[in-house]
Amino acid sequence: MALPIVLIGLAAVSSRAALTEFPKPPVPSQFSSETLLSFIDATGTIPALGNSVLVGVYTVVLSLLVGAPAGYALARYAFRGKDLYQVFILLARALPIVVLSVPLATMFLRFGGYDTVFSVTLLHTTLALPTTVLITASVFVSVPPDLEEAARVFGCTRLEAARRVVLPLALPGLAASSIFTFVLSWNEILGAAVITIGHRTLPAQVLASLAEAPQAYRFAGAFALILPALLFIFVMRRYLVNMWGTTLR
Amino acid sequence: MAEVVLHELVKTYPGGTARATDTVSLHVPDGEFMVLLGPSGCGKTTLLRMVAGLETPDAGQVVIGGRDVTYLEPRRRNLSMVFQSYAVFPNKNVADNIGFGLRVRGLPADQVSRKVGWAADLLQLTPYLERLPAKLSGGQRQRVAVARAIVMDADVLLMDEPLSNLDALLRLSFRAELKKLVGELGTTTLYVTHDQVEALSLGDRVAVMREGTIAQCGPPTEVYATPSDRFVGGFLGSPPMNFLSGTVAGDGEQSRIDFGGQSLPIPPALSSFDGKPLMLGIRPESIAVEPAADQRGLRGVLEVFEPLGSSTLLTTELCGQVLKVLAPANFRAEPGEHLLLRLPTEQCRWYDAETQLLVEAGRS
Repeated sequence: MALPIVLIGLAAVSSRAALTEFPKPPVPSQFSSETLLSFIDATGTIPALGNSVLVGVYTVVLSLLVGAPAGYALARYAFRGKDLYQVFILLARALPIVVLSVPLATMFLRFGGYDTVFSVTLLHTTLALPTTVLITASVFVSVPPDLEEAARVFGCTRLEAARRVVLPLALPGLAASSIFTFVLSWNEILGAAVITIGHRTLPAQVLASLAEAPQAYRFAGAFALILPALLFIFVMRRYLVNMWGTTLR
Repeated sequence: MAEVVLHELVKTYPGGTARATDTVSLHVPDGEFMVLLGPSGCGKTTLLRMVAGLETPDAGQVVIGGRDVTYLEPRRRNLSMVFQSYAVFPNKNVADNIGFGLRVRGLPADQVSRKVGWAADLLQLTPYLERLPAKLSGGQRQRVAVARAIVMDADVLLMDEPLSNLDALLRLSFRAELKKLVGELGTTTLYVTHDQVEALSLGDRVAVMREGTIAQCGPPTEVYATPSDRFVGGFLGSPPMNFLSGTVAGDGEQSRIDFGGQSLPIPPALSSFDGKPLMLGIRPESIAVEPAADQRGLRGVLEVFEPLGSSTLLTTELCGQVLKVLAPANFRAEPGEHLLLRLPTEQCRWYDAETQLLVEAGRS
């Protein structure tokens, strides 16, 4: 599974000449940073990288702000139409993005917000919400309700109880949800490509330039696309390790 | 320290057909240890949760210390609670758990640590103050839950089956500790349990509940010795009270209850039951038993002989009905033997066969 990543990584650090070698040696004959540099120097790469990071972070924040309370409601309360609601959330992912993107672009053009980081964030949040809601719901289910009840008896309002007791215990699960959302946003190509021109995200930028790009650009571009997602995962990993043992009775 | 008054509390859970509590009223004076006893589903936990504020009643009032708290949030009621699952916060150490309520209230740190130290000492938790709950045994976590409750110095202490998750030996020792502790603190306590031994041992008064209503409420000795209906008699006591059905037959001046072959005199007050069915309730330990000689009296046939160590449990058959008798440990008899059973009149309890309610308690 790591093989494509390794190949891309190796190709990204090979020199131009080594890239075009045939047959390909397992280790590149020449190491050079020129492949990567050429990608970074190419027009639009750095701003696109910035946009991707911004959109990724905003999407994580927005989808947690909107999705986590919904997940909490699903976990704690029984309400009419609950089962229908859970199925309904998934509808956002049911339609292919190809079908949605043109009407979306039209809508953004009409109401303003076309070609902005914000519009891409909105799109990505919508795509991320189903998984965010359902993951956070199962995370909150795993926190026993008596802990909140105990907090409420001993002086907390419902909100304080959620903040002091539930949130710290739910953090590992929320971290997992964030990783999922960030990677989803980072890799999203089609929607972002359609609703942006000047403020492209990295995948959209690479897609647009792909046809005319030299091979070096392609390998370097692929490597650059993978790298941040990998880094994000390594950073968030420690929050996934449960620090205080299993939830107990 | 406050009295608790429950006034006609009604609660039906959404999706439920029967009422969880059906106009339940209860008065718990200041400082009393009141036990709510009953089988699963009788409404005792629902009642406790309504006092705590974790459930809202459909009708009725909860009054604590003269204040109507029916619709107030739990935090405004000045109570403490010990949960069945302990609900000890897994991400905080013992000291932080115990001091949780005090810190939420905003008490200064030195006061908090002083009170936490006091409570921990009372429950022998002082060596464990820095530990996380995951590193504690079930019994220790239970003590943390109790410490967290008593440190609050609340008006009312609520306990929801706190001993039911402990193993039998621990339950016994902690029950005594709990009784001593709560007795010293003197806080008004509401204690929910399904274990009738616990109820009798801990409570100043016991409220026996069934299907959403209180069947009987009184001191343990009264509820045990004079159950107000068949359910209470059958629920308390191990083995439970015996119930014999018979018909009253007038026999000259002395009315007797006829069990279908053998009969027993009944108190004169019950002579109005002539010709009607009646039930006799008597506890297994109240029946005196001897090997049947040629004496007159109730004769039963021994079916099962169970030596229990401190006593002997005999299952006898009397006119087709089963009668359990607790005999002394040194009693000997063989299954199939005839036994003479003496039922002292002062231990006999008489119940209406239809309503199952107590109509007469035997007097010596």
